[in-house]
Amino acid sequence: MSEIALEREVDRSHMQVSDKVAIQISHMNKWYGTFHVLRDINLSVNEGERIVIAGPSGSGKSTLIRCINRLEEHQAGDIVVDGTELSSDLKNIDKIRSEVGMVFQHFNLFPHLTILENCTLAPIWVRKIPRKEAEETAMHFLEKVKIPEQAHKYPGQLSGGQQQRVAIARSLCMMPRIMLFDEPTSALDPEMIKEVLETMIQLAEEGMTMLCVTHEMGFAKQVANRVIFMDQGQIVEQNEPNEFFNNPQHERTKLFLSQILGH
Amino acid sequence: MTDIKFVRDAMVEEQEPPAATAGFVGWIRGNLFSSTLNAILTILSGGFILFVISALLPWIISPTWNAGSLRECHEILAGHEGACWGVIRERWLQLLFGFYPSELYWRVVLDFVLLIVAVAPVLFTGLPRKMLAFSAIYPFLMPWLLWGGTVWLPIAVAFGFVLGFLAHRFAKPIIGGLGGAILAFLVPVVWWLFLAGPVSGGLASVLPLALETVESRNFGGFMLSITIGVVAIAISLPIGIVLALGRQSDLLIVRSLSVGFIEFIRGVPLITLLFVASTLLNIFMPPGTDFDIIMRVIIMVTLFASAYMAEVIRGGLAALPKGQYEAADALGLNFWMSQRLIIMPQALKISIPGIVSTFIGVFKDTTLVSIIGLLDPIGLSTTIRADQNWNGIVWELYGFIGLLFFIFCFSMSRYSMFLERKLQTGHR
Repeated sequence: MSEIALEREVDRSHMQVSDKVAIQISHMNKWYGTFHVLRDINLSVNEGERIVIAGPSGSGKSTLIRCINRLEEHQAGDIVVDGTELSSDLKNIDKIRSEVGMVFQHFNLFPHLTILENCTLAPIWVRKIPRKEAEETAMHFLEKVKIPEQAHKYPGQLSGGQQQRVAIARSLCMMPRIMLFDEPTSALDPEMIKEVLETMIQLAEEGMTMLCVTHEMGFAKQVANRVIFMDQGQIVEQNEPNEFFNNPQHERTKLFLSQILGH
Repeated sequence: MTDIKFVRDAMVEEQEPPAATAGFVGWIRGNLFSSTLNAILTILSGGFILFVISALLPWIISPTWNAGSLRECHEILAGHEGACWGVIRERWLQLLFGFYPSELYWRVVLDFVLLIVAVAPVLFTGLPRKMLAFSAIYPFLMPWLLWGGTVWLPIAVAFGFVLGFLAHRFAKPIIGGLGGAILAFLVPVVWWLFLAGPVSGGLASVLPLALETVESRNFGGFMLSITIGVVAIAISLPIGIVLALGRQSDLLIVRSLSVGFIEFIRGVPLITLLFVASTLLNIFMPPGTDFDIIMRVIIMVTLFASAYMAEVIRGGLAALPKGQYEAADALGLNFWMSQRLIIMPQALKISIPGIVSTFIGVFKDTTLVSIIGLLDPIGLSTTIRADQNWNGIVWELYGFIGLLFFIFCFSMSRYSMFLERKLQTGHR
């Protein structure tokens, strides 16, 4: 729960929230067996929004973003992503997954493929892009996350921070319209957290729609346009970052903030 | 109070290790004489190895190569201990080919040379990929070379696969994916069962291109072991993969069928299955059908190997972190793509030692066919010992058979180690 300072000023010129809805979640509920993990979630995300979801562990924040690309199935309510409703229709699921990028806590790179192959696999097989073109795109994004020289190594030869940046590049190669981040820096050393956050900020500066589950409150303050606080499977409070941090309303939010920022 | 303040003023340069821990001397010290107990064990086991070799060598180096019977061997050796190698000289062709007609040995030899050509590009990815085309043809060529008969039959069988592909290709846009898959299965089966025979017969009468037929009962020796072993190994891997996936499926019927099959086959000794193949199967067949005995045995051994293979591969699947499935899903790969590109390459890599153990086991288990009367090397050894010239000979025959099996199994084991090293990518 560190607050890592970023050296540079964030460039806000392209961070515009449009009024087009990217994700619409209404009255969504989810159970694990009999355990009610997500309760009556209502959330509307516009294109260009950068949302940070915070909350204690077990509050359902990861489950929430995993429902958005159907890594978890919800049992009641609706989720509409980019105009496509998420149901058990496999075609819709594949369509949504190819347009929503996801970055995991443990990177989940494919250890048997090189960095470049990790990045070109989905474009070649899902988008049916010719290999050469896919490799050019991949190199473009690897340059963007500042590791083009590692392209022919295997994930096991890279540091955690580098692996996470590859994971981000891999998602970007599918040209997603929305990016989901599931605690992208929680498994990293402090020195590496910064390089990953830097990459995420760069992405935000280009106007990507982002939902981040993270404990990096510095990132939330500098980049997010909205912070959502969850507890016990429900959205307890949401606000724009300044108000959220300086003037929390709900008791649970105050307690949470005092605990992570208090010392 | 000691002074705890410390600041390094010069960094230490990298240095050579001490001479006693590096090089040949270092290796000997580290591996053979690292402690008193180790030194004693080294000397004792060295002595034991020398003792065994000194006892074995005189027996192996025995001037009996030209002996024509066990009695001649005894005369040559004149009371000394020694092997009687004459039996190998006289019978080695039989141990390799069984009762296959000797003027047709070239077909068997050609078949196994081609086997090597067909298998090489599968085993070594450095070879030109175009060789795989021959690997695809080989399964149809192999039985034709061994059994002979008209060339039209293997072509008709191969044509079944073409039909299946075409059915899938053209039916899929019209009746959908599932219908296409069912048709791709049904069309070739109907073709093989009812049409392939008459059509190839018809073509043979128009254009008779045929090799001399060799009956299955003339098959024997190592050629039989290798034929059964290679076919069972090659087919059990894909069936094993399908069964392992079936066992993990969310579809209840697919899962129950896979579990049922695997548990049934694993719960029954192979020898039982072989007896079913040799006797019971004929009872269930329509009267008059003559289903080749070697074919029946191959099917049973393959099913047996598949069940074991499925469990080995399931172990590999279980060892994969859930994140790999999730990452594949999140990138939009569908089930078959993620299995083929992400899951199977890793699961199979993890299971290589288990898979190769199963292969070796299957290959050695082919000797069990001697019990149902097929003349594999073990079966032949009994026949040879029944000859009054060689009555009473044991070690030389079994030693020779053992050596040949060892060469095959050891190569498989070395190959698996090579493969593991090659696929090592620095992680797990």
